[in-house]
Amino acid sequence: MLLLKLSEADGVSGNEGKVRALLKEELASATDDIWTDTLGNLFARKGKGKKPRVMVAAHMDEVGLMVVGYEKSGLLKVTKVGSVDDRVLVSKPVLVGEKCLPGVIGAKAIHLQKPGERRNILEIENLYVDIGATSKEEAAELVNIGDYVAFAAKPHEIGNNCLAGKAFDDRAGCAVVAELLKEDFPLELTAVFMVQEEVGLRGSLVAAHAVHPDFALVIEGTTANDVAGVKDTGYVTKLGCGPAITIMDSSFITQKKVLNLLVNTAEKHGIPYQIRQLTTAGTDAGAISRAHEGIPAAVLSVPCRYIHSPASIINLDDYKNTLRLAKAFLVAIAEGGLSFEETAEKIK
Amino acid sequence: MDVEKFLTAISEAAGISGYEFPVAQLIKAEMSKHADEMREDTLGNVVIYKRGGGEDRQRILIAAHMDEIGLMVTKIERGGFLRFTTVGGIDLRTIVGQEVIVFGKEKIPGILGAKAPHITSSEERSKPYPSEDLYIDLALPEDDVKRIVSVGDLVMISRKAVKLHGKRIAGKAMDDRAGVAVLLSCLQELSRLEHTADLYAVATVQEEVGIRGATTATYGIVPDIGIAVDVTHGEMPGVDEHRTSCLGKGPAIAVGPNIHPRVGQELIRIAKEYNIPHQLEAAPGPTGTDARAIQVSRDGIATGLVSVPLRYMHTSVELLDLEDIKMAGRLLAYFVAAVNREFVEELKCYC
Repeated sequence: MLLLKLSEADGVSGNEGKVRALLKEELASATDDIWTDTLGNLFARKGKGKKPRVMVAAHMDEVGLMVVGYEKSGLLKVTKVGSVDDRVLVSKPVLVGEKCLPGVIGAKAIHLQKPGERRNILEIENLYVDIGATSKEEAAELVNIGDYVAFAAKPHEIGNNCLAGKAFDDRAGCAVVAELLKEDFPLELTAVFMVQEEVGLRGSLVAAHAVHPDFALVIEGTTANDVAGVKDTGYVTKLGCGPAITIMDSSFITQKKVLNLLVNTAEKHGIPYQIRQLTTAGTDAGAISRAHEGIPAAVLSVPCRYIHSPASIINLDDYKNTLRLAKAFLVAIAEGGLSFEETAEKIK
Repeated sequence: MDVEKFLTAISEAAGISGYEFPVAQLIKAEMSKHADEMREDTLGNVVIYKRGGGEDRQRILIAAHMDEIGLMVTKIERGGFLRFTTVGGIDLRTIVGQEVIVFGKEKIPGILGAKAPHITSSEERSKPYPSEDLYIDLALPEDDVKRIVSVGDLVMISRKAVKLHGKRIAGKAMDDRAGVAVLLSCLQELSRLEHTADLYAVATVQEEVGIRGATTATYGIVPDIGIAVDVTHGEMPGVDEHRTSCLGKGPAIAVGPNIHPRVGQELIRIAKEYNIPHQLEAAPGPTGTDARAIQVSRDGIATGLVSVPLRYMHTSVELLDLEDIKMAGRLLAYFVAAVNREFVEELKCYC
C-alpha cells in the first residue's frame, strides 16, 4: 500500500527526496506530464488544456530534527525542523542523514535524577542523538552538520481499522492526491506534491504561482483530539467520522460557495464528513489562496491523533472517505459547480 | 546462538516483573543447551545448573534479572482509553508518544498519546504531562476494549532493538537482559574451560519491584559465592562522570560493603591476569541489584557484582556496547574456573 511506504519514508522539510521518488514512481503509469521545480515540488498533470484548471495538492515534508554539532563523546546535538513538542522526543529511535544511520534519543536515568527534576521537561537543548559513535571525530566521519534526523517508525494496523505510524500529516494527503491523479476527470488536473509546508507553507507558495489554477483543493492531515479527558468542544475532529472540512484556520478562510458545494456534494453522495472545530493552525491553502490575485481553495483533511509525533493514528475509513469526497467534489466542479468565469466577469 | 542475536531477541521479548514467562521461554530454550540440569522455582527463577569437575564441588551462583519495568492498567475510561500505573521505576516523561503492547485476553497494540503542538499552549509544552492526563489509546471502541482488557493487565513499551554504529546497540529492557546475555556468554566461554566448582546461572524474576527473585533463588541454591550481573550507569552529558562508567571499556567490578572483599579482589585479579578490560565501580551501600539480596541470604553469602555500563537506564532506548557483554562473560568464566576449595574456605577468614 502506497500510504504505508510514504509514511515510513523519511522526508523532513527540505529533504523530501525519498517521498518524491516514491510518488514519481507511483505516478509514472498515470501520466507522462511530470516535472519538478526549483524548490523540489513535484507536479503531475492530466487533461492539459481542459477547463476548469484544478490543482490538487498535499505536502511531502514532515517535522523532524537537524544535526547542529557534535559532543566530545560522539553524541549529536540537534535542533528542530518544524513544530515538534520537545516532550515527544525522549526515548525514541531516529534515522540520521541520507544513509539513514540509526540513532536514539536517550534521557538521564530516573535513578540519577535529583528530587524535583521530573517537574521540568527534557528540553531539546539537553537532548542528544546517540548513533553509537565513541568520539567527536568518529561522529564527524559518519554525520555532517546539517544532516536531517527523522523519527524511525514503521506503520502498522492498530485497533478498529486504523493505522499507527508517523507523518500521516501529510503523507495521507499525498496518497489521496496520487489516487486522484490515477482517475480521469473532465478537467485539467494538476497534482502537486509540495515541499516545506512545516517550515512556513513555502513550497505551495511557488507551486500555486506556477500552476495558477482556477481552483485548488488541498488534502491534509489534521488534529483529532477526541481522546480521554477532553470535552467534545475540544475535539477539533473525531477519528472515524469522515474527512474534515475547514471553514477557517489561521492562514485561510474558505469561500462560502466553495464550502456549500463541498457539504452538498458530501450529503448528495452520502459521504460522512465533519467540520473542523479549530480556527487556528495553517495549511498550504493559506499560501495558495494568496498567489496571483487570489485563488479559490478548499481544504479536506484526514483526522489524525497525535500529529507531529512518531506514533500517530488515522482511521482507514476516514482516508477512503476523504478520497471519495475529493473525487465527487472534482466531478461537481467539472460540472460547473463553481462557475469560475462568471466570478472573473463580475470582478471585471 | 550468537550473543548479539540472543540479546536482540530477549530485549524485544516481554517480561514485566511478575510476568516474566514470555522472555523466560526464550532464555530456557537457549541456555538449556549449556545445562546439565535446568529447573524453575516457585517464583519463576530459571536455574541453569552446570556441573563442575571437582570432588567437593563449590557452589557458585551467577544471577541476572530477566524482568523489566512496565505499566499496569488501572481503569478503562469512557471511549475505551486506558489509565495506568507503573511497575518499577519509570520516568513518565519518557513514555509520551510511545507505542505499547497491552497484554489483555489478546496482545493488542496501543499508543501513549501525545497532544499535537497545534492544540497545546507554549506554557503547556514547557511542563511535563501531568501523570493523570496520560492514557493509552487502542483505537478500539469501548465495548471491544472492555471485552479484551481488564484492570490489572500489564503493558509493555514496544521497541525493536536498534543496532547502532560499531558495537553499540539500543533497546528496551537491556536492564537487565544485557546481564542475561552475559550469563550466556559466560556459559559459552566456560564450555572451553575446566572448572571444579558447580555453576548455577540464574535468570531471576521481580528485581525491579524489590529484588524478590534473587532472594528465593539464593535461598534455594545455597551458594558459596553469589555474583550478580546487572547494568550500571554509562557516562552521558548532565551526569557527574564520577558516578558513571564508560561504555566499551569493559565490565564494571563493584567494590564496597555489598561486595565480599575477596570476591571483588579476585574478580579484579582475574581481569588483570587475562587482560580483560574492566573498570571499578564504587558502591557505598547495598546496591540496587540482585547482589543486595544475595549477600544477606541464609547466614550470609560472599557476594560480587559485575555490571555492563549502559546509558539511558529505564528508557526504551537503553544503550550499551556489545563488547562489554563479551568481556563480562569472559571475566566470569575465568572467575568460575579459578574458584577452588581453598578460595571458598578463606571467605570466612577475617584475620
